Amino acid sequence: MSETEPLQFRDPAQAEQLADRLETLMADIDEPVSLMHVCGSHEQAIAKFGLRSMLPDGLSVRMGPGCPVCVTNMPEVDEAVAIAEQGATVATYGDMFRVPGTKKSLADARADGASVEVVYSASEAVELAAANPEEEIVFFATGFETTAAPTAAILDADPPANFSVLSAHKYVPPAMEVVAEMPDVDIDGFLAAGHAATITGYGLFEPFVETYELPIVVGGFEPIDVLLAIERLLEYVRDGKAGLENAYPRCVSKAGNEQALETMWDVFETVPGEWRGIAEIPGANLVLRDPYAEYDARRRFDVEPVDDGPDPLTEQCICGDIMAGKADPDECDLFGEECTPSNPVGACMVSSEGTCKIWDEYGGHPNL
Amino acid sequence: MTRDTTESDQEFVTLAHGAGGGAMRSLLDELVVPQFTGNGAETGNDTLVGLPELDDGAVHPAGEGALVITTDSHVVSPRFFPGGDIGRLAVAGTVNDLAVMGATTPTALTCSLVIEEGVPTADVERVIESMAETARQAGVPISTGDTKVMGNGEIDGILINTAGVAYVDREQPVPDAGLEPGDSIIVSGSMGDHGIALLAEREGFDFTGALESDVAPVNDLVNVALDAGRITAMKDPTRGGLANALNEMAGKADVGIDLTEESIPVSGPIASAGEVLGIDPLSVANEGKVVMGVTPEDAEDVLAAIHTVPGGEDAAIIGQVTDDHAGRVVVDTGFGRRYLSEPEGEPLPRIC
Ligand code: SF4
Ligand code: SF4
Repeated sequence: MSETEPLQFRDPAQAEQLADRLETLMADIDEPVSLMHVCGSHEQAIAKFGLRSMLPDGLSVRMGPGCPVCVTNMPEVDEAVAIAEQGATVATYGDMFRVPGTKKSLADARADGASVEVVYSASEAVELAAANPEEEIVFFATGFETTAAPTAAILDADPPANFSVLSAHKYVPPAMEVVAEMPDVDIDGFLAAGHAATITGYGLFEPFVETYELPIVVGGFEPIDVLLAIERLLEYVRDGKAGLENAYPRCVSKAGNEQALETMWDVFETVPGEWRGIAEIPGANLVLRDPYAEYDARRRFDVEPVDDGPDPLTEQCICGDIMAGKADPDECDLFGEECTPSNPVGACMVSSEGTCKIWDEYGGHPNL
Repeated sequence: MTRDTTESDQEFVTLAHGAGGGAMRSLLDELVVPQFTGNGAETGNDTLVGLPELDDGAVHPAGEGALVITTDSHVVSPRFFPGGDIGRLAVAGTVNDLAVMGATTPTALTCSLVIEEGVPTADVERVIESMAETARQAGVPISTGDTKVMGNGEIDGILINTAGVAYVDREQPVPDAGLEPGDSIIVSGSMGDHGIALLAEREGFDFTGALESDVAPVNDLVNVALDAGRITAMKDPTRGGLANALNEMAGKADVGIDLTEESIPVSGPIASAGEVLGIDPLSVANEGKVVMGVTPEDAEDVLAAIHTVPGGEDAAIIGQVTDDHAGRVVVDTGFGRRYLSEPEGEPLPRIC
């Protein structure tokens, strides 16, 4: 990123013009509109810049299943904890560190003496393995395409023998389909994640637009990017049309990063998977293909964690509704009381991309 | 502190407890403060500002005036970082804790060193030289101390504890709980320099040398500010940064704070590095800055006075204290309004 770049996209006057434009569009549409974005970084941008306070009445922009940390299922965390407790070093992204499993988070496991390391990239986990050849290093790999592609690249490059991957990688498009099909979800359009689309390309959404007849606009993360993408979506809604558009051309192309994608699909295949609080989603989890079996932590370790039921508090957690765009964090009875960033009940309160965490930090409501 | 799941659940101290914010406060409230208070009453010694206030230091009556006392332990990785080192940090930290209590001419500091076996003596020498130099700069002698060596792996490198005392007029101490609606909020310079520089260094990001810690004593600067007008509350925004300091001040005084983001000084390179790391410069430590509430009539005078002190050139009025939203800090981003919340847990760069 160049030093001056962010500033061009932070012009409040330009934002004001866009806000007026949204006002006009909503007046034309003359009924409530619900848009969904599927990216924690979008929620961050919206909350951090206070953008909701600029949106016209009747327009709601909510976060869907957009945070890879939040949708990581409890049993997946349990697997990572079980591996750490068997004596291997589990390396993972900082965001995953405190996500509760059924009984424990990796942070709890570390406090109990297990070896858990926070890394910033897959390659850092490999460096850890190379530097500690007598130890088993297991990379607990989470995230969507943006992080799955680098994990794949690492596996493709002959990592050390003491390195393996516990994949909880997920693939977004099938989850959007599931949400679009939920009977009580009423979404008029999707704001797609610019980061993920730099890898996948925006062309990926073409079939979705055809099947569901909903508009999709790919947007960036500066305030103006977000407002611009919302404006484009409202235009589609006003015209009663579906369509696909790229409002983030400075980073996203139609084809994406073909080389990265090729490696990704070389290494991973999709299987059905349970997304925390949402549903079992066909084709939404990424697991290692057979040629990479030797690096698959699930095959290398005996990971069958005992499941004796989750913490009773988690039954009150409405993360599932939040990620399906059906509820806001402050509708959860635990929000800010029993559930806080330092003592999270649900996953949405943990990651910096989780809706509850973001609302706790910045406040989510427009009329502050 | 953690939620109960089963009866056999043991509770443990975690890193989150150490990162300031709510977790740390409940640890202190539950385990520490109740045990330590009351001793003074039993022995007939009283405090003007004591432990329950959790201020930057304590104030005890002494003769006509009062004694301000503070102590701090320092561990930091890496030991030497752009703009400073653990020794400078230890001295400046304690001088600054006294200064923000209004005690700008410290009487003396102590220095307790705990060193891990295997640390190069050259490192120790360098750290001590730096402590001496910083103490000279702040005009305070280091007049007593203690040194221990621990086995390999028993501590991480070097730990330094410093305590400081200062004698002041009894009227002089400035608490951190004194904000009043209408007060202007002033910061003495750019925010986030220490925290972002350190994180960037630790993560091996190369921002071509543009990032440096601001670690420095601020007693001169505070002294000039105190002379220029009425300061109602003051803190050094260290762990948890401006966000933590202001939330604490708002909470203790039961007032709200409104900030304008545009007016908060953050240097260009720090802002860019913060973007890349996904970390807000307002939520990480400063080690050479002060944030204060000033009576509105005096705000411009205090600001002008701070501008004349080296290190105070970028000082700015960043917002106002209000009756609304008691206990919370709200920022006008130029787009809309949002909270600036107390950071919780260690700052961790984002997943992608
Ligand atoms: S992985 Fe990137 S694109 Fe996906 S949700 Fe996170 S920030 Fe957004
Ligand atoms: S506030 Fe906590 S418990 Fe409630 S939905 Fe969010 S994460 Fe779940």
